[in-house]
Amino acid sequence: MEIARHWRLQRHRYSLVGEVCNHCGVKIFPARDVCPECNAPAKTPYTFSGKGEVYSYSTVHHPPEGFEHFAPYVVALVRLVEGPLVAAQLTDVEGEKIEIGMPVEMVTRKLRDDGSKGTIVYGYKFRPVIAGGAAVVAKDAAV
Amino acid sequence: MRDVSIIGLGQTPVGEHWEKSLKDLAAEAIQAAIKDAQTERVDALYVGNMCSGTLNGQEHLGALISDWVGLRGVEAVKIEAACGSGAAALRLGYVAVAGELADFVVVAGVEKMTDRPGEQVTAALAMASDADFEAQNGLSFVALNALLMRRYMHEFGVCHRDFAPFAINAHKNAVGNPFALFPHPVTADDFCAAKMIADPVNLLDSSPVCDGAAAVVLCPTEIARQFNSRPVRIRASSAATDTIALHDRRDLLGLEGAALSAAKAYKQAKLTPKDIDLFELHDAFTIVSVLSLEACGFAERGRGVRLGAQGDIAIGGQIPITTMGGLKARGHPVGATGIYQVIEVALQLRAQAGANQVRDARLGMAQNIGGSGATVVTTILEAG
Repeated sequence: MEIARHWRLQRHRYSLVGEVCNHCGVKIFPARDVCPECNAPAKTPYTFSGKGEVYSYSTVHHPPEGFEHFAPYVVALVRLVEGPLVAAQLTDVEGEKIEIGMPVEMVTRKLRDDGSKGTIVYGYKFRPVIAGGAAVVAKDAAV
Repeated sequence: MRDVSIIGLGQTPVGEHWEKSLKDLAAEAIQAAIKDAQTERVDALYVGNMCSGTLNGQEHLGALISDWVGLRGVEAVKIEAACGSGAAALRLGYVAVAGELADFVVVAGVEKMTDRPGEQVTAALAMASDADFEAQNGLSFVALNALLMRRYMHEFGVCHRDFAPFAINAHKNAVGNPFALFPHPVTADDFCAAKMIADPVNLLDSSPVCDGAAAVVLCPTEIARQFNSRPVRIRASSAATDTIALHDRRDLLGLEGAALSAAKAYKQAKLTPKDIDLFELHDAFTIVSVLSLEACGFAERGRGVRLGAQGDIAIGGQIPITTMGGLKARGHPVGATGIYQVIEVALQLRAQAGANQVRDARLGMAQNIGGSGATVVTTILEAG
C-alpha cells in the first residue's frame, strides 16, 4: 500500500518539482537535498518545464510484477532542457517510431495499481511533442 | 595489515535446483570449501545474498546458515549489495583477516531464485535500482541495461550483432565447466534470433535466473601453505560506489564505479591492466562486459566491443574473460556470483581449470557489480 510514501512524492511525480542549488546553480531532479556537483545543501524547490528529448530508450517485453498489463511499454532516459536526465515511460507512441533526440514533453499518467483494493499511483510519463505546439490528447490518454 | 590468501574453494553446480533449499545449497558449497581448506577452525562466516527476503521469505542468513552447516556459535552475518553481494562479503572477510580480527573466515554467496515466477523475480531484481525513480516508473533491471546498450550503440555507431562474440565466448567456455548452467555453444545467428526482453537486450545478451552457492576459506598468507599446497593470494581488494540511479550518473557510459574500484585495486597491487592474465568480469549483460573492459583499462572508450570481434577475449587472447562461462553461461545466481568469479580465477591460478586453462596464468582479476554499476568490488589474485 505505502500510501504515505507515494503522498510524499506527489510534487515530484505530478509537477516535476526538483531543486536548484543556490551555490552553483545546477538544477536537480529528482530532488536529493545535496547538490551532486558541489555537495552544497540544495533545498530550494524548482519546477521543471517538462520539456526534453529522448536520450536512450527501450521497449519492455518482460515487465516486473505490477506492470504486466501495460506490457509491452516503452521506457526512456529523457534529457530535460534544464539539464538532468529522468527515467520514465514514454506514452502515446510506438517503440519503433522513437529516436534518440526526439523532443518529448511530460504528461501525467497512471504508473501502476496494486490490485483492486490498492493504491493507484500516478506520475509523469513523456510523450512526443506534437508539431504545431498545442498538444493533441490521444484517445487513450485517460490510461 | 597482513596478507590474506584463499585456501579453500567450494561451489555447487549452477542450476534450477528444485530439490534443494537455500540453506542446502549454502551448506554444500561451504562444506566443500572447508574440506578443500583442510581446516577445522572457522572464526567467522560472511554470507553474500541479495533476494532471500523477497524470494525465500527468509532473512537473518548468518545465523540460519552457520547453524545449518555446523558452525553454531561463530560470528555470522548476511551482506547485501545487490548482484555485488558475493564480492562485498568477500571484501569484508578480507578486511577481517587482513585487520587481524579473525584468522579463518568462510565467505559464502548463495541465491535461490527459481522457486518464484518470473515477474516476482524481475521485481525482486529491480530492487537493485532506485525504487522511487526507476522501478516505480516500470523500469526493469534489464531495461536499465537496455538504456545503456542503446546509448552505446548510438554514440559509437555499433550494431547489436557486434555484441555477439561476448555471448559466444561465454557459452564456448561453459562447455568446459562442470558447474555451468549452459554448457553448450551458441552461434551469431542464435544470438541475433534470440527472444527480445527489453530491446536491444535479448535473451542471449542476458544472464539467466538460477540457483547456486559458492564459498571460499580465507586465512593469513603466512600460514596458508600449512593447509593447502596451492593457496591463492589476494593481491588487492577494493570496493567503490556510483549513483544507484542511471539518471544521476555524470557519465552514463563511463561506469565510473568500476573505473574507481579497478584503479584502487591496481594501486594496491602495484599492477596495471597489462599485468592481468585473465579477467572474470560481471557480464550480467553483454553491454556490461564492454563497459567493464573500458572502465578497467583494457580498451579505450567506445572500443571495448571490438575486443570481441578481434578474439582478444578468448582463452589464449590478450585478455581472456568469462573463462568458465561467466554470468551468461555459468549462470548468475546473483548473490553467489561474486564468489563463483573468485573461485574461477583461483582455479585458473591453481592450474585446475582443465580444458579452459589459461596458460601460465599468474595474476587474475575478478570484478563483481551490484546494480547497474553502483557497487563495484574488484579482487586481484596471484598464484602462490
